[in-house]
Amino acid sequence: MKRSRLLSLLLLGAGGLGAWLSSDLLPNASAADPAPKPAPAPPKEVEILNVSYDPTRELWKALDEKFAAKYAQETGTKVTVKQSHGGSSSQARAVIDGLEADVVTLATAIDTDAIAKKGLIKDGWLDRLPNHSLPYTSTVVFVVRKGNPKGVKDWRDLIKPGVEVITPNPKTSGNGYLSFFSAWGSVVLRGGSRDDAVKYVTELYKHVPVLDSGARGSTTTFAQKQIGDVQLAWENEARLELKESRGALEIIYPEISIRAEPHVAVVDGNVDRKGTRAVAEAFLKYTYTDEAQEVIAANFYRPTNEGVLKKHAADFPAIRLFNITEIAKDILDAHKQLIGDGGVFDSIYKPKS
Amino acid sequence: MANVNRRVLPGFSLTLGYTLFYLSILVLLPIIAVFLKAGSLSFPQFWAAVWTERARAAYLLTFGTSLAAAVINLLLGSLIAWVLVRYPFPGRRFIDSLVDMPLALPTAVGGLVYASLYVKTGWIGRWLEPFGIQAAYSRLGIVLVLVFVGLPFVVRTVQPVLEEFDPESEEASASLGATRWQTFSQVILPALYPALITGFALAFARSIGEYGSVVFISGNMPFKTEIAPILIVARLEEFAYGEATAIAVVLLVISFTLLVSINLLESWSRRHAS
Repeated sequence: MKRSRLLSLLLLGAGGLGAWLSSDLLPNASAADPAPKPAPAPPKEVEILNVSYDPTRELWKALDEKFAAKYAQETGTKVTVKQSHGGSSSQARAVIDGLEADVVTLATAIDTDAIAKKGLIKDGWLDRLPNHSLPYTSTVVFVVRKGNPKGVKDWRDLIKPGVEVITPNPKTSGNGYLSFFSAWGSVVLRGGSRDDAVKYVTELYKHVPVLDSGARGSTTTFAQKQIGDVQLAWENEARLELKESRGALEIIYPEISIRAEPHVAVVDGNVDRKGTRAVAEAFLKYTYTDEAQEVIAANFYRPTNEGVLKKHAADFPAIRLFNITEIAKDILDAHKQLIGDGGVFDSIYKPKS
Repeated sequence: MANVNRRVLPGFSLTLGYTLFYLSILVLLPIIAVFLKAGSLSFPQFWAAVWTERARAAYLLTFGTSLAAAVINLLLGSLIAWVLVRYPFPGRRFIDSLVDMPLALPTAVGGLVYASLYVKTGWIGRWLEPFGIQAAYSRLGIVLVLVFVGLPFVVRTVQPVLEEFDPESEEASASLGATRWQTFSQVILPALYPALITGFALAFARSIGEYGSVVFISGNMPFKTEIAPILIVARLEEFAYGEATAIAVVLLVISFTLLVSINLLESWSRRHAS
């Protein structure tokens, strides 16, 4: 008797587990609508998915809510924006492999472009939204310990004897390669030759004791484990780090740094199939409104709306931000030459034989 | 007993079919997919991806640290198994369940904790620092976390064999005039060989594939502390799927060769023991 009861319990458990696992397999099973009906009254409820990179959780959460409220008011349709966050290129790969993103808001054009190359985003996507599809930009800044004991002011100070620099691996991290591009630009855009730049970055990475695989790893190494004197961080991450550190850290703005361009795009292949194009486009357009630009500034990203940026000028020191096109054809080209296989970064670590 | 074909329980063909089907879906198919993907490269492309100076350094590091960790686990693990089986002491059950913890804990957490303990300012690292030992962000750190993730395998394979092992044979050996060392090396150890080898192989294989914990403690410096799985991630970052899988294929082939030879060694030792 006892044994049969145990068996039935087990079966019940297995059944439950099976149901739970499979509940995940069919997204929106209730809304599954293979053939979209010829435009009846607009649906009362829509759900879209925004696939983004890691540090933007708080930003998009705030924007999603405000957009939903505004959209409901204007059209009577209830929108839910779902978010997915992760390393930028892993997110791009997920979309390529079939994650049904309606919009992508990734860290760099390299990742968005990889999706476009698969035909999911139509050519010319860069110019379909204002400002080259950039609702906001960011940059790479220095985080130093309180009082800046090593007196670090600019890129050239990073290679002074005794200075340790924390930056993630350019091979595996967007923060990593943008820091590398910044370092490179700081030489070639101030009169240095290519050789000078190679010499500089080679020296720079000798001052890097740890190459974490991602931006958050670097922050842990620098802020928690107290390793290194300077961290090359995203401006928005640096600001959060500063807040958390309660006075133990400071931000230093170098004279020059890169303009990081986290483009946004509607994933054409997915929205046309799901019938969510209108909402997806409205969502991205919303990010350019004054209201959204204020949210962006409050989350420490640089608004692209001149007026809003001016209002927050104190928060965003006007250092020289250079475009990637000043050091290469575009970001793909820069990545290939400097970071890619056999590029400059590889030669830095080559043991002298 | 003479007729081996007559089994007590029916259903051989059914269970075998099920086994083959299951193994194909779960193990074989993904591995074939890896090979096919890597096959999309031409041979020169494949070679260029897997045989750079940097990749060779990474393979050497991955297999070297895995081997070191597996050897340490072999010694530590057998010792722990011995203590858990032979000596009743308060808290034994508790320690027994501790052994499985590395399997349950996300290895990334393990790596992060180890890193913060062993950095210069960490609880353990600050005591090593005066001796010039840098544990975090070095090969030593990688071996440390690999010992952590591989520990349960040796303990759990050796433990049941030791439990079955009859203490009377030790007594018999002693009463026949064997020294303690002779009893250990000629009575106990031979019985344990198959289990030890299996445990070693499992711990070793587990270490080769480990990524999550290692990235946090190794520092990922090319040529020094960069393990092969990091190279795979780096290639994926460039959306170079083919090149990434090519490196995976090399890892698979080396691991498979090693595991097969370890298995052969195990069956040989089993035959030898009986």
